[in-house]
Amino acid sequence: MTTDAATLPTAAAGPTLWGRMMKGQTGPVCVMLIGLFVLWYVGAVFMNMPGQIDRYARAKQDWTPLQLVEATLAQDRPVLPAPHQVAQEMYKTIFATKITSKRSLVYHTWVTLSSTLLGFGIGTLLGIVLAVGIVHVQTLEKSLMPWVISSQTIPILAIAPMIIVVLGAIGLKGLIPKAMISTYLCFFPVTIGMVKGLRSPDHIQLDLMRTYNASRWKTFAALRWPSAMPFLFASLKVAIAISLVGAIVGELPTGAQSGLGARLLAGSYYGQTVQIWAALLTAAFVAAMMVVIVGLMEKRVLERMGVRA
Amino acid sequence: MTGKLDKFCLVAAVFALLSLVFPLSGVDIDTGKNVAFVSDLPGLASAMVACVVAGVVFTWYGVTSVLRACIVLAVVVFGAWQAVAALYHQGLAGYASYGFWMFIFSLWALVWRAIDVIANYHSLENGKQQTANIIVPVAFGIWLLFLWEVITAGFGVPQVLLPPPSMIGARFASSTGILWDDFRQTFLKAVIAGYVLGCGSGLIVAIAVDRVPFLKRGLLPLGNMVSALPIIGVAPIMVMWFGFDWQSKAAVIVIMTFFPMLVNTVSGLSAAGRLEKDLMATYASGYWSTLFRLRLPAALPFIFNALKINSTLALIGAIVAEFFGTPIVGMGFRISTEVGRMNVDMVWAEIALAALAGTAFYGAVAFAERKVTSWHPSFRVRRH
Amino acid sequence: MTLQAVVNNVAPMAASKDVVVDIQKMSLTFQTADGPVYALSEVDLTINKGEFVSFIGPSGCGKTTLLRVIADLERATGGDILINGVSPQQAREDRSYGYVFQAPALLPWRSIERNVTLPLEIMELSKEERLRRAHEALKLVELNGFEKKFPWQLSGGMQQRASIARALSFDADLLLMDEPFGALDEIVRDHLNEQLLKLWARTNKTVAFVTHSIPEAVFLSSKIVVMSPRPGRIIDVIETDFAKDRTLDIRETPEFLEVAHRVREGLRAGHSYDD
Repeated sequence: MTTDAATLPTAAAGPTLWGRMMKGQTGPVCVMLIGLFVLWYVGAVFMNMPGQIDRYARAKQDWTPLQLVEATLAQDRPVLPAPHQVAQEMYKTIFATKITSKRSLVYHTWVTLSSTLLGFGIGTLLGIVLAVGIVHVQTLEKSLMPWVISSQTIPILAIAPMIIVVLGAIGLKGLIPKAMISTYLCFFPVTIGMVKGLRSPDHIQLDLMRTYNASRWKTFAALRWPSAMPFLFASLKVAIAISLVGAIVGELPTGAQSGLGARLLAGSYYGQTVQIWAALLTAAFVAAMMVVIVGLMEKRVLERMGVRA
Repeated sequence: MTGKLDKFCLVAAVFALLSLVFPLSGVDIDTGKNVAFVSDLPGLASAMVACVVAGVVFTWYGVTSVLRACIVLAVVVFGAWQAVAALYHQGLAGYASYGFWMFIFSLWALVWRAIDVIANYHSLENGKQQTANIIVPVAFGIWLLFLWEVITAGFGVPQVLLPPPSMIGARFASSTGILWDDFRQTFLKAVIAGYVLGCGSGLIVAIAVDRVPFLKRGLLPLGNMVSALPIIGVAPIMVMWFGFDWQSKAAVIVIMTFFPMLVNTVSGLSAAGRLEKDLMATYASGYWSTLFRLRLPAALPFIFNALKINSTLALIGAIVAEFFGTPIVGMGFRISTEVGRMNVDMVWAEIALAALAGTAFYGAVAFAERKVTSWHPSFRVRRH
Repeated sequence: MTLQAVVNNVAPMAASKDVVVDIQKMSLTFQTADGPVYALSEVDLTINKGEFVSFIGPSGCGKTTLLRVIADLERATGGDILINGVSPQQAREDRSYGYVFQAPALLPWRSIERNVTLPLEIMELSKEERLRRAHEALKLVELNGFEKKFPWQLSGGMQQRASIARALSFDADLLLMDEPFGALDEIVRDHLNEQLLKLWARTNKTVAFVTHSIPEAVFLSSKIVVMSPRPGRIIDVIETDFAKDRTLDIRETPEFLEVAHRVREGLRAGHSYDD
């Protein structure tokens, strides 16, 4: 009622940059992150304190509170490593180590990333093909859809080690088995999302295509596929994230020598907390980057289709 | 006669006929075992003939009623029974040949047609309709199990690769004690505790965050981002902090389930429509009154969405966390140790248990959703 | 009956004790990213007890906004406004009006009865009292028998009647209605108009009614407020004098057509053709 009432152009003074940041999401998110950072330090001090006091007591050493705090942030195997310790470890293993070395995080990240991307690629393709089939062939819908859904009752992540070991027993090792786990995890959200997306055009729009006597293929190319794009990208974001999880869990079983999952496991075996956190943060960073990349692709594609961001 | 030949039945008849002619088992060169034909296996032969007859009759007359579909299903059950008997008692296991697979294909065509007919059955009587609705997925599931059994036994698939369901079933039945202990450790302790704590804290924090727009703007993007991160990786840290027992697994689950609940509830709390909010304003309704009478009920579909997502996450989280260390009990522990010993049937028994528990858990949440949010348009089948 | 008897120019504001709504020089400006939007400007209006007042005007004339200001769903940025002699906020907190929206706005998880008792629940009435009043209100809108049904089981017209029952349930003397029948088809709308008129005659409530239908406004009202947009303002106030028990037949009488004509003229005059 009120929106199209009288509007007068005014030279409204633009809000300050600070004000805009705090009004949008950037400011609050930054504040939250800084808060998290502070909390991390406080947590590190308090969680490492009992162990440090113990150590002082055993060494019959006197200490001041300041010394104690400093020591808690510089332990070898802290209960909770301080952010700068993790940062140092990441610097050491990412930039200061040759990337071909087994101690380089870049190397391990690449191992995980390659199987993630391979699995993601195959899974996405498979998911799209299945969805196209399900939407266009009625028999496929009745036969395939139940399979697709029941396939997800198997907790694949929980049996990832078995798949790796079993496939290893018949000679499939390395990249492929991990990628297969990722594929299995990926195809489901893509299929479900794409079936929904390919069916999203309105009845009127489909009827319009019928009035043009458009072939199935033309209808698909001109109507169904473009309308499915938002659904596809939403699914892809889920799929890429879950694909990484699949690859990491696939690296857990004994025998896996490389990859972020193997780093996590090795770290937990030897109590190398700093190493665990470094691997964890790297994995989180990779996941975030991949989702951001998919998001950017989404933006580009949707912008080209004239969807307003 | 319906005027049109029933294609599925035609295929079934043709393949059953062919299976009568082709060899049912191949030659084993080492033992010089003979190629088996229909004449060697009278039981299977009778089933094949039954399929031919049923196929021809229904090709002509069509599977036009549920009764006919049931007759077809009966023929299939008889055929499946004979096929399994031939595999295990007449030494076809590992040697099955063309004829046998043609027969299986014929059964497939028949079962497909029968299930299709029952799936399209519509009755105004609720009881009949419900029975039909149950028969379809059950029959489909049993057929899948049969197919799995026949393929693994018929081709002689190594048990390490994929054991037949009968073997998994036997293992399941003989180790119920161990399975129960694992279930109690992983599900009843870790999953339930972690799920309740994670979802509960997510809900409460969401309600608190909703009151402070600044927190909402800051936490929501972070929460969305966190759901894309491999949180499962915190498992080794939690094991270090909370020990090997179920508490560390519960902690992993709390972290995994917290964010989906937070994000969903926060968006759910803004789901109430503008008119409804204005309505509450005209009653000068207070914050808590509006929260409980309008905003939380309106958010329920979102909250249940998170509860459903979390029910799957929780079980997987617990099992995977157990890979990082656990006392000598638990589903994840059992899976990783039995894989090491190549006891694949035990692993599959655990998987079956996990699938069962996961499905039941999800089903329970979905049932509760149906009961509590029956007013939601997505549950409305037709207008009364 | 002469035309003069039916149509009167509005008398100067009577400072009588029966004034329910008293608005003087009220204006409302929204601050938007594109600059200020003048939704209402210099509005003067009095609504007396027992009147049926219609607000009519094209989209964007601020008639809904005016109703929302009376209901304290929006705050005026200038001028004075009193409801029952107190501020709109105080009036809202006293629960002195019932509001009917464009859509039924029934809560889908509550049965019809529990939807009607919703305001009573918030006002913390006892359960027996709530049920008694809900029953009464539902009877007034002829929905008795539908207490246990859920909103989706009712037709659009019945849903809107239920929402009127909800507004009646706590016995506020003032009823604010914002295009309540706008989304219904004309036959249902005629029927509900007659029912509403009967209700008004029986309960002697004060009604403020927003509409964009000229026949609806003329048929229902004892006073028609014609508004125009950019900025939203009142350009004419027409008082009518049809019998309280009028039926739909009066729409063919010359008196009716005369009033309708005047409303239309007012709308035309107030309409700016700059868009």
